[in-house]
Amino acid sequence: MKLEKNAAGRMVPTEVNGREAVPYAGVGGHRPVGHKAAPAIATCVDYPADGDKRVGSIKEALEMVGLSDGMVVSSHHHLRNGDAVANMVFDAAAELGRRDLVWFPSASFPVHANQISHLDDGVIHHIEGSMNGPLGAYCSAGKMRGLGVLRSHGGRWQAIQDGEVHIDVAVIAAPTADAFGNATGDRGPAGCGLLGFALADSVYAEKVIVVTDNLVPFPCLPWQIQGNNVDAVVEVDCIGDPEKIVSGTTRITQSPDRRRIAELAAQFCADAGIMKPGFSFQAGAGGTTLAFAIYLRDLMRAAGVTARFARGGSNKYMVEMLDEGLIEYILDGQTFDLDAVQSLRDDPRHVNTSPFTSYNFHGKGNFASMVDVAVLGATEVDLAFNGNVVTHSDGRLLHGIGGWQNCLTARCAMLLVPSFRDRIPVIVDEVTTLCGPGELIDVVVTERGIAINPRRQDLLDAVVGSDLPIKPIEDLKAELDRICGVPQKVPRSDEPVAVVKWVDGTVIDTVWRVE
Amino acid sequence: MSDLRAAAAGPEGDDVRSDCHVHYEPGPDSLAIEISSKVDYLYRDSIETAVRRVAVGLGVSTGQLEVVDRGALEWVLMARTETCLRLAGAEGPAVLPETYPGADAPAVRERLRRSRLYLPGNRPKLMLSAGLYGADGLILDLEDSVTPADKDAARLLVRNALIALDWGGSERMVRVNQGDLGLEDLRRIAHHNPHVVLLPKIEDPEQVRRAGDLLREIAGERAPLLMPILESPLGIHHAFEIAAADELVVALTLGLEDLSAELGAPRTEDGWESFAARQATVYAARAAGVQPIASVFSDISDAAALARYVQRERGLGFDGIGCIHPRQIPVVHAEMTPTGADAERAVRIVRAARDAERRGLGAVAVGSKMVDPPVVKQAFRTVELAVAGGVLAADWDDDQV
Repeated sequence: MKLEKNAAGRMVPTEVNGREAVPYAGVGGHRPVGHKAAPAIATCVDYPADGDKRVGSIKEALEMVGLSDGMVVSSHHHLRNGDAVANMVFDAAAELGRRDLVWFPSASFPVHANQISHLDDGVIHHIEGSMNGPLGAYCSAGKMRGLGVLRSHGGRWQAIQDGEVHIDVAVIAAPTADAFGNATGDRGPAGCGLLGFALADSVYAEKVIVVTDNLVPFPCLPWQIQGNNVDAVVEVDCIGDPEKIVSGTTRITQSPDRRRIAELAAQFCADAGIMKPGFSFQAGAGGTTLAFAIYLRDLMRAAGVTARFARGGSNKYMVEMLDEGLIEYILDGQTFDLDAVQSLRDDPRHVNTSPFTSYNFHGKGNFASMVDVAVLGATEVDLAFNGNVVTHSDGRLLHGIGGWQNCLTARCAMLLVPSFRDRIPVIVDEVTTLCGPGELIDVVVTERGIAINPRRQDLLDAVVGSDLPIKPIEDLKAELDRICGVPQKVPRSDEPVAVVKWVDGTVIDTVWRVE
Repeated sequence: MSDLRAAAAGPEGDDVRSDCHVHYEPGPDSLAIEISSKVDYLYRDSIETAVRRVAVGLGVSTGQLEVVDRGALEWVLMARTETCLRLAGAEGPAVLPETYPGADAPAVRERLRRSRLYLPGNRPKLMLSAGLYGADGLILDLEDSVTPADKDAARLLVRNALIALDWGGSERMVRVNQGDLGLEDLRRIAHHNPHVVLLPKIEDPEQVRRAGDLLREIAGERAPLLMPILESPLGIHHAFEIAAADELVVALTLGLEDLSAELGAPRTEDGWESFAARQATVYAARAAGVQPIASVFSDISDAAALARYVQRERGLGFDGIGCIHPRQIPVVHAEMTPTGADAERAVRIVRAARDAERRGLGAVAVGSKMVDPPVVKQAFRTVELAVAGGVLAADWDDDQV
C-alpha cells in the first residue's frame, strides 16, 4: 500500500478501498470543486398513487430495491445501543446471499457485534463508520478485508455530498412512520428524539427503506424524514430496545476527579469571560461534560447570565435550564433521555437539528463555528495540543469521532480529560492517532490543572489574575511523568487497518494493526 | 530461602483499578517474574524492575512472582510485592519508592485544620488525586476502613504513600489502629514524616504518652504531632487529661459513631445525644491549648445538612470537621469562612492592635472604642480564616508596614 506523509507529518495511504484519497493538507487547506452528488432521477408515477409503500419484510424490501453484491448500505445510530435494525438488515442480506457489501453506519455500538459474523462470512466487506468494542477489536486486529474509514458526523455528510461515498441503499429505523415513508423519532415505543443522522442518506441515497414498529395513518407529523425520498416502508415488531435507546435518568459523575475537571472548566468559562449574556455552549452527555453543564448552570444563575442557545446532545438538565430560562433555545443534535425527547416534542424552543446545519463542510457555514464554547473528551492530547479520540494509547480502536472534530471549530474548544487513567497518561508527547489538529484545540482541562494553547494569547490574557490552576501543558506532562513514570515508546505495525478522515474528506491519520 | 511459603497480596477481579495482585510461589529455581498488565506496552520494564528490586531487597532470589497489574503506580506495586513477600516469610529490609518532591515538608503545629479527608488505607485509587482537593488535612486510615485481613497490606501501602504520593498542600495525617496493632503501625510509618497521627479510642492519657514516647524514640525531633480521638464515655470523662497528656498533642477530636453506639443513643441530625460530649471536647481542648476538631459528617449527598452541621459545630467552638468525600471540603470551608463584613472588622482590629503594639500602648482602640485582648485574639483568627476561605486577599497586609 502506498503511503505518503500528510501536512501533519502522518503517514497515510493515498488509496483507500480502491479510491484515491487526498492526504490532509492542513486546516482549510482542501476545498473540493465541482457539483454535489445526487441520486438518479425518480419519477412519482413509478410509485403507488395511494402513497402506500409498504413491503412485507426487510428482506423483500432489499430485494425490491435491488440490493446487489458490493453495494453501500447505510444505517444510523439514533437508537444507539438499543438498535435492532442494522443487524436485521445484514442478517437479511446474508439470507439473500449478498456479498462484499460496505456498511456505512453513522456510528456503531456494541450491539452491532452481530456484524462480525457477516464480516467473517464475506457479507460485509468493510465498515466505513465508527468502530468500538468488539468491532473495534476486530478491525484493529487486521481481520477486516477493506480499510475502515472513520469520519465525523459532519465528515459523513461531506462524503455523501461530494460523492466520496455513494449510498446504494439507506435503511432508516423510524420510531414512528406512515406508509408513505414520512418518519419521526420524537414519538413511538422506540422514541429517540430526532433522526438528523439519517437526513443526508434520505436525500442522497439511491434507494431508501424506512423500517418502523409504529406505523400511523398518513400523515406522520412532524416528518423529520420526508416520505417523498422513500422507496419502501417495512413494518416490524420492534426496531429496538427502549431501555438502551434513552436512559431513564442521566447520572452526574460521582468521581471526584471528573467533577473537579468539570468544575474547573465551568469556572474557566466564567473567569475567561466566555460566560457572558447571550453566549452559547455545547456540552455532551458524557459524565464529565454533563457535570460541566451543572456547574455552568450554577455559575450562570449566580451571575444572572443567560445563554442565547445551547447545542446538545440534550438531557434532562439542559431541559431544566431551558425551562428555567437560563437557555433561550436548544439546538439539538441528539437526545439522551426521555425528558429531552419530551421537550423536543413539546417545546418549540427545543429544536431538531442535523449534521447539515451543525457540522457540514460543504454547507455555506455551519453552527459549530458559531458556538462560544464546546467541551469535549479525548483519549490523548499531546504537547502540541493535538487530540486523539479514536484509539487507545496502545493503538486499538476505541471510539468513533462523532461530532468531535466538527466541534473543534467552536470559538473555544475545550478538552475535559483526566491527566491519566490507571497509569496511562492522557497528556503525551505525541498522540497515537491524530484526530484533531492542535491549532483548533484551545484549552485542556485536567484535574491537575488547565493548559491553554499558546496560540490563544487572548485566553491567556483573559484569565490573568484568576485563581485557576493554569499551567503550561509541558508542566502537566512533567507532573505525569513523575506520577506515572516515563512510558516506553509504543511500537506500531506498518499495516494500516483504518484511516481517519478530517472534516474536509482528507486523510489526517492512519490506524495501524495491533497484535 | 527454603522456608518461604506461597502467599498473595492485593485485590483481584476485573473491576480493580490502579492496583495489582501479587502472588508468590516458592521454588528452587532463580526468581522468575511473570507480569500481566493492562499497561504492559507502556511500563513493562519498569514494572519488572520495581518488583525485582523489592524481592532482591527482601532477600528473595528463588521461586516465582506473578503480578496481575491493573494500572498500579510504582509505589503501589512495590507495596503489594513487599506485602506478598513478607506474608511468604521474607524478612529483609524494605526497598522504598522514590520520594515525591515535598514529602519532607516539616509539620507545622499552628495551622488551619478546618477539613480533614479520610481515605481508606488500602485503596490506592482513592489516594491518587486526594492532594488536589484542597483539604487542610488528608488522613490515610489504617483503622476502621481497613479489614483485619488487610492490616499488613494497608500499613505498607500507607508507608509508601507517605513517601511517594503527592499530598498537595494538605497536612499529612495517618489514623493508626488501637492498642498494640497501633504501636506496630507507628513503627512502620513514623520515619516517613506523617505530620499528625490520629490515635483512636483514647480513654486514658497514658495511651497518648506511650504513643508520644515511641514516636520520639523513632523520629526524635521529627516526631509527628498527635490528635487523640475520644470515642467512648470514659474518653470524654478524661478529655482534659488526654488533651494535656503529651506536648505532641496538637488537637483533640471525637468519634460520634462509636460514642453513640456506646451511649445506646443513635446519632441524630440534631445531635442532642452527644451535646455534652462535644462541648466537653471543646472545653478540654481549649483548656489544654489544643484545637478542638469535630466528628465526621457521613451523608455525602446532603450538602445542606452538612452546612447546618458545620454551622452548629463551629458555633460550639470546634475548629474543624471530618470529611469522607472530597465534595464535602468546599462546603466545610465555605461555612468556616467569615463573611466579608466580619473579615473587614477583624482587619481593622488587627491593624489597630499592631499599631498599638508599635506605639507601645497597652490598650487597643478601633475608632473611639476600646477592644479587649480576647477580641483581638479572635480577630487574628478571623483574618486567617478569611484569607484561607478566599474572602480576604492573601496580600491584605501589603499596604501596611
